[in-house]
Amino acid sequence: MVKIKVGVLALQGDVAEHASMLSKIDLEPVPIKYIHELEGIEALIIPGGESTTINRLADFAAAELLDRIKEKALKERMPVYGTCMGSIMLAKSVEGSDQKTLCLMDITVRRNAYGPQKASFEADIAIRGEALPYPAVFIRAPQIISAGKDVEILARGENEIFMARQKNLLATTFHPELTEDTRVHEFFKGMIEEILVKEG
Amino acid sequence: MATKLKEKISNEKLSGTQKVKRALPQMLKGGVIMDVVNAEQAKIAEAAGAVSVMALERVPADIRADGGVARMSDPELVSKIIEAVSIPVMAKARIGHFVEAQILESLGVDCVDESEVLTPADEQYHIDKSKFTIPFVCGARNLGEALRRIGEGAAMIRTKGEAGTGDVVEAVRHARSILGEIRKLVAMSDDEVMNYAKEIGAPFELVKQVKLDGKLPVVNFAAGGIATPADAALMMQLGVDGVFVGSGIFKSGDPEKRAAAIVKATTYYKDPEVLAEVSRNLGEPMVGRSARSLSPEEELASRGW
Repeated sequence: MVKIKVGVLALQGDVAEHASMLSKIDLEPVPIKYIHELEGIEALIIPGGESTTINRLADFAAAELLDRIKEKALKERMPVYGTCMGSIMLAKSVEGSDQKTLCLMDITVRRNAYGPQKASFEADIAIRGEALPYPAVFIRAPQIISAGKDVEILARGENEIFMARQKNLLATTFHPELTEDTRVHEFFKGMIEEILVKEG
Repeated sequence: MATKLKEKISNEKLSGTQKVKRALPQMLKGGVIMDVVNAEQAKIAEAAGAVSVMALERVPADIRADGGVARMSDPELVSKIIEAVSIPVMAKARIGHFVEAQILESLGVDCVDESEVLTPADEQYHIDKSKFTIPFVCGARNLGEALRRIGEGAAMIRTKGEAGTGDVVEAVRHARSILGEIRKLVAMSDDEVMNYAKEIGAPFELVKQVKLDGKLPVVNFAAGGIATPADAALMMQLGVDGVFVGSGIFKSGDPEKRAAAIVKATTYYKDPEVLAEVSRNLGEPMVGRSARSLSPEEELASRGW
């Protein structure tokens, strides 16, 4: 069987970690740096990294690439999954900032919400529908502080959301790609298959 | 504080674990870390697309020119830079000076660079980095040195290069040496590995892991002499994960433009057309100094072991 091709936005960040996770669950990772590379993929992951760097690159050669990602997500319902920085890129708004994003998901995020690196942490969290806890890694992580009514909340802490889905879009403020646990990537695979089936 | 490997924040949050420390540099891959000496430069670096800034009082080129003892920066300066930007902030401690590192950790820096650019505080021992909650980056010239630092708890490696020269030759030498030795190790038969670990003075378990993975267990950046977009792309094509630019930006004629150009060159490092485009009209580069013209006392890379 031909493997489903899943792009990983490769402008900056932990691209290789996502790629290796995708290979483990029998998907074919494709690093994406140029606009033409988007045409062969069924879904996209936006990895962890620095959102200010991506925005600076967007002012340059990556502007068309990011516009096309947005268009594919909106009009062609391409599944897009953002981790950490990726969740910021998906969000409609960033608290206290006019930072540019793709504005795809009806969520508001707070950047670097836990403080400096010494406050970064690992924690076992509960994900809806999963019997066992998930070993989540939060690195200078953002928080999803509010979500619209179309957004399904899949994991949350006391005052913040860790994981959320809106139709073809998935966001986590933690980094499943840094663990050995493939369940979150498998969840995204399920989303891709579901959308591919719907489209026939 | 700095004495516990795993600090319990609450019932279930663990900070300062090896995974959490190694993860921060993983998020910086494909990016540029820039030396800055004040909040204004930090903002310019952030606006240009730096993934992180290195806060210090004097860039290496000035440390060379001024001579004397180079120490950790004034905490006031470090705090101002932390306040000025949203990207991670690193700062340098002297080799072996674990108290400077404790101070930097308490200030809230995201990563400490145990750096040969500052005057070493200990000529025998490096800092025991495993005791800290925040990650450390350390310089290395070869695989053995990289693995010794990782053994002590470094969460990120950078080539030493020869800082403050604007001459990329030593960074190239060190990157080729680390990456070449990894390739050699991968091709070795298993019964040769213990002797190789002995020869390069590296922990056996780490040597075995590198042989299995074909790469260092932590992120590996280039540093020391990178001054142009082409230098950055050269290091990326050699196989490093990202670059540090020290004196090369703010000692040049148009720091803003050069900083943005190096960021772009680091992302599109395989694309000569982009590299040509971003290299146009950058103004004066930093006044370089050939690494070969340095006397042995002037070589920073030989500090540490």
